[in-house]
Amino acid sequence: MESFLAACIVAGTPLLFATVGEIITERAGCMNLGVEGMMLMGAVMGFVGALSTANPWIAVLCAVLAGTAGALIYAVLTVSLRANQVVTGLTLTIFGTGFASFVGQPMLGNMAPQEVIAFFAKTPIPGLSSIPVIGPIFFKQDVFVYFGYLVFILAAVYIYKTRMGLNLRAVGENTAAADASGININLYKYVHILVGGALCGLGGAYLSLVRVPIWQSDVVSGRGWIAVALVIFASWNPVKAFFGAVLFGGLSILGLRLQAMGFNVSQYLVDMIPYVATILIVIISTRKKSKESQPPGDLGNSYFREDR
Amino acid sequence: MNLIRISKRDDLPKKKEIVIRILAILLSILFSGVIIMMFGLNPAEIFRSIIEGAVGTPTRIRQTILTAVPLTITSLGIIVAFKMKFWNIGAEGQITMGALGATVIALFLPESVPAPLKLLLMLLASMLFGGVWAFIPAIFKAKMGTNETIFTLMLNYIAIKFVTYLQYGPWKDPNSGGFPRIAYYPDNALLPSLFGVHIGWIIAIICVAFVYLFINYTKKGYEITVVGESLETARYAGMNISQIIVTAMFISGGMCGVVGMIQAAGIEKTLVAPIANNYGFTAIITAWLSRLNAVACLFVCIAFAMLTQGGAYIQIALGVPSAVASVVQGTVLFFVLGSEFFLQYRVSLARRAAQAKKEVA
Repeated sequence: MESFLAACIVAGTPLLFATVGEIITERAGCMNLGVEGMMLMGAVMGFVGALSTANPWIAVLCAVLAGTAGALIYAVLTVSLRANQVVTGLTLTIFGTGFASFVGQPMLGNMAPQEVIAFFAKTPIPGLSSIPVIGPIFFKQDVFVYFGYLVFILAAVYIYKTRMGLNLRAVGENTAAADASGININLYKYVHILVGGALCGLGGAYLSLVRVPIWQSDVVSGRGWIAVALVIFASWNPVKAFFGAVLFGGLSILGLRLQAMGFNVSQYLVDMIPYVATILIVIISTRKKSKESQPPGDLGNSYFREDR
Repeated sequence: MNLIRISKRDDLPKKKEIVIRILAILLSILFSGVIIMMFGLNPAEIFRSIIEGAVGTPTRIRQTILTAVPLTITSLGIIVAFKMKFWNIGAEGQITMGALGATVIALFLPESVPAPLKLLLMLLASMLFGGVWAFIPAIFKAKMGTNETIFTLMLNYIAIKFVTYLQYGPWKDPNSGGFPRIAYYPDNALLPSLFGVHIGWIIAIICVAFVYLFINYTKKGYEITVVGESLETARYAGMNISQIIVTAMFISGGMCGVVGMIQAAGIEKTLVAPIANNYGFTAIITAWLSRLNAVACLFVCIAFAMLTQGGAYIQIALGVPSAVASVVQGTVLFFVLGSEFFLQYRVSLARRAAQAKKEVA
């Protein structure tokens, strides 16, 4: 059971990065449906970085830059040029998918260098990892997972406990009011869209460098979209996003576990569970009418001062 | 800070609009060229080979048409949904389910049924299956306001996983020598050809005419447009919004379902899990590029089919990944999305604007 829960966290980590990234983006009132594309861009560029330098830091940096570059396209189009957010995000996903299979084609089936794989091997945290139950689940993981813990906690503190986080929430909730109170709307939107993209890139890199360190063009296979749904599940709260990501990570590996335990179930039917669960979550969260579970008020709207 | 002044345009001469659009497309091609160059390839050669691969020989032209057919019909289905601002990104799943519906008829109806009747039944089954697959998210959207983007997208995965399950499990052909595939269609379930291309192209042209007339000249089509423009207006005018959403989505999914039947009975000759072949996503680009206009959509889809076929050709001829085509497609849409800003707003340098003001004064 402990090993299963530890595996759930591993499976949930790419979802966690992407979900927190999208939460930060949506808090600024921007719905970026390009998560899948940005993850793929991060995954492929991270892998390129790893192959060409064998340095894990540079690999991760490449992934971050790739995710940010994708987000920059989105930001220029939706914030500066006020393009439709839904269509722009979808295009980013299509573009990212094409970009990843284009760039990745020559490296299909290649393995990440040993140095990188070794760097991301399990490294138990001394002390913490010897706590019974909790230790083996949470603290016998790779460094990427630990960074994930840090990211979601920092994101939660930032959004709920800092002045800038308050401003961010104001931008997403009521852009016009935030503008009137002197907040630099475009700056806030740009920064948070870019940070969101960087985190999506990291999520992609986790898949291509750590999870299965062999390049395959369908590494992300819909996880970006699950992350978009998890944002709703988590009601725009990074802490809830962690639990959602682990839960969904668990669902995605359930099939193999059940088969290993001798249950005769079709892998393809079990594979459907995360997608069915996502739909159920979207339905349930639209039924909930509590105040905190509502999306940011100005989510999806372009803002033009003169339109007020 | 305020060097650039942005103001809303009231009206834009048609000529200027066309110039901006053409400029956007030219820029996007230039920009894709730069991307291609960054990978050490010669963009001029790539673009020339793409065109050569798309229309160089009669066979290639036929191949391009075979790609344009599913793309056009899917885009038309998406147009019906997008007109209503219902973000149907579930075309992949609707195509897959449509193919499943057609396959049920093709494989399980006795061989003695005459071909025309069988094909007609397959067509209806594919519409029904695709339509129902779009109806499910539509009814939730209409009754509860559930987010359709994620709902339709998740249904894609579910449909594809389900067909994979059939392909590897209960429907696996016992005569395939262990290879996991569904049995081939009998001859009377295959699409006949006309002028060397299966009759899907006739269906595509009928669909263009249907969507054009439906959106522009029918009451339902008008209602869909109103719901898309402003829910408030629709409500105020006493329209039955739920019913409009559900009907439009059934039509949208039904058309995508037909694509599944065309691909299964015309190309694959059976049902395979990746039957939708990303048409559902590419069609989102083409639908938007054609500004949700059914006639324009036909031409955009032909252009995109050329890009896709040309991309496949350069992979074989030059060893360049065919994904170059989807990079170009994405880039084109980015530029067109960006150009729409310049259609709606006037951008001028602040100093010049101030000067203009002074002159007026």
